[in-house]
Amino acid sequence: MTRLDLTPVEAPHSSSLLSKVIAQGRYETRITMTNGEQLLVSIILPLLALTGLFVTGLFDTADGPSTIDIATPGVLALSVLSSGLTGQGIATGFDRRYGVLQYLATTPLGPIGLLMGKVLAVLMVQVTQVVVLGGAAVLMGWSPHLAGLGIAALFIVLGAMAFTGLGLFIAGTVRPEATLALTNLLWVILGAVGGVVFPVADFAGSVVIEFLPSAALGNGLRSALIDGSFDATAFVILTLWGIILSVGTIRWFKWR
Amino acid sequence: MLSLTNVHRDVPTRSGRFQILKGVSFEAKVGEVTALLGPNGAGKTTTLSIAQGIDKASSGTVRLLGANPYRAGAGLRSQVGVMLQEGGLPMAVTGERLLHHLTRLYQAPADIEALMDRLQIHEFKNRQIRRLSGGQRQRLGMAAALVGRPRVVFLDEPSAGLDPASRLIVFELIEELKASGVCIILTTHLLEDAQRLADHVVLIREGLVEAAGSVEELTATELRPPLTFRTSRSLTEEQRADFPAHLTLLQGSSSAKFGVWRVTGVQGPADLHAVTGWWLRHDLMPTDMGLSGKSLEDVFWELTTHDKA
Repeated sequence: MTRLDLTPVEAPHSSSLLSKVIAQGRYETRITMTNGEQLLVSIILPLLALTGLFVTGLFDTADGPSTIDIATPGVLALSVLSSGLTGQGIATGFDRRYGVLQYLATTPLGPIGLLMGKVLAVLMVQVTQVVVLGGAAVLMGWSPHLAGLGIAALFIVLGAMAFTGLGLFIAGTVRPEATLALTNLLWVILGAVGGVVFPVADFAGSVVIEFLPSAALGNGLRSALIDGSFDATAFVILTLWGIILSVGTIRWFKWR
Repeated sequence: MLSLTNVHRDVPTRSGRFQILKGVSFEAKVGEVTALLGPNGAGKTTTLSIAQGIDKASSGTVRLLGANPYRAGAGLRSQVGVMLQEGGLPMAVTGERLLHHLTRLYQAPADIEALMDRLQIHEFKNRQIRRLSGGQRQRLGMAAALVGRPRVVFLDEPSAGLDPASRLIVFELIEELKASGVCIILTTHLLEDAQRLADHVVLIREGLVEAAGSVEELTATELRPPLTFRTSRSLTEEQRADFPAHLTLLQGSSSAKFGVWRVTGVQGPADLHAVTGWWLRHDLMPTDMGLSGKSLEDVFWELTTHDKA
C-alpha cells in the first residue's frame, strides 16, 4: 500500500487553464453521455425533428433545395441549442442547488475554467450529434455542400459558446426550478420561431429575429451547408452573442 | 494563515437588513485545529463561507494565506481544501471518478489510491454518489478536500453521520494533518469532538464571538467546578423559582437527557448547603450527583443559555 503523504504544498500549484478546461470538458462529456435525459434532449429530440421534417417534405419546391437539405443544418443548429442551452443549463442549475458549484468554486477550476470546460463538453457531445444526425440525414438523402463543412464547424463552435453561455447565465442567476422552466421555454420558442430550424425569411418577416443567436446559427449553417458560402452577418451576430453571454456569465454567475 | 477582523455580514430582508455576523474576529494558525462552535443559526457556516471566499463580508477584513479569499485566483484556491456541510458532491458520478477528476486540477495532488485506502473509500468507490450513505459521502467529501494537499483545510461538520469506526479514521487523519503543519478550521455540533481535537475554540452566538481560547483556557474560567445532579422527574416552575438566587441552575446538556441539572457559581460548603436545603424544602431526592471538572460542554451551555436560564 502506498503511504499517504499529505504534506502541504507550500506554493500555488493549480494546473494550467488549458489542462483544467480539457479535464472539465472530458468529465462533463462523460456525465452527459451516460445521462438518459441529456441524451434525449441532445440527440433523440433533434432526430425526431429531422425525421418529422423529412416525412412532411415541408420545404420541398420544384427547383430549390430539398427539405432534407434545408432541414439538416437547422436540426444541427437545434442540437447545439439543446446541448448548450437546455442540457448544460438544467444540469448546472441543479448542480448549483446541490452545492456542487459551491464546492467547485473552492477548487482551482474557477468560473472561466467551468464555462470553457462546459463549452468543450458541448462540442465533444456535438461531434456525436453531428455523426448521428448527419448520418441519419445522409440516409434520408442529404447532400451537403462540401466546401461549407469548415465554415459549418466554425458556426457550431460559436453556437456552442453562445448557447452554453446563455444556459449558464440563466442557471447561475435564477433558481433551479426557474432555470428548468426558462431554458425549456426558450428551447421551444427559439426552436420554433427563432430561425433555428425554419429560415426566418419564410415566415413573419421580423427583422428582430435575424439578430437572435438562434437565427444567426441557423442562417450560418444553412449558408455553409446548402450554398457553401460564408454568412458574414450571421458570423458577427453570433460572435457578439458569444462574447456578451460569456462575459455576462463570468460577471454575474452565482456559485450558490 | 487565516484571520478575520471585525467581519460583518448582513442580508436584505423585507423589513430592512438582517445582520448574520456582527463583528467576528479570530485567527487560525499553522499546525492547529480551530473549532467554530455555536448553536444552530449562530453564524458558523456564514463565517466559514466568508473565510473560504464563497461569500463576501459586508465589512471587515479577511486574510487567507495573506490574500483576500473573495474571488481569489486559482493559485490561492490550489492551497485550500474545503469540505462543505451538505457535501457539494455531484450525484451522477462515482467517487473514484470524482477524485481522479479533481487530481487533474492540481500540479502536485495527493495519491488518490492511498487517500482512498486511508478513508476506506475502496469499498464503495465504483458506486454512484447518489447511492452512498451519509457517512460514506462524508468520507468522500473529506477526501475531495484533501486531494490538493492543502495548506488550509475547512471542514464543516466532519464527523456528522459517521459511525464510531469511521469517526476514529477521520480523527486520526485530522491529527496527522495537524502534525504535517496544515491549518485546520472545523465546525462541529459535537462538543466532545471539539474538546478532543481543537487547539483553539471560537464560540459564536448570534453573530458574535462569545468566547475564544484554548480548551484549557475556556474550561478554567471558573475556580470551582459545577455541581451536577439528576432527578427522576422534571422540576416545576415553582421549584425553579425558589432556587437560591445567587446560584445559576441550568437544565440538561447537549445530549439533552431528561432530569439532568447543572448548578454554577458554587464557591464553597455554604452554597452546597443552600442547594441541599432547596432539595429538602421541595422533597427532592437526586438519583445522582457530583462535582466534576468543567468541560467544554459546560462552557458552551453557560454561554449559549445564559439569557434563557
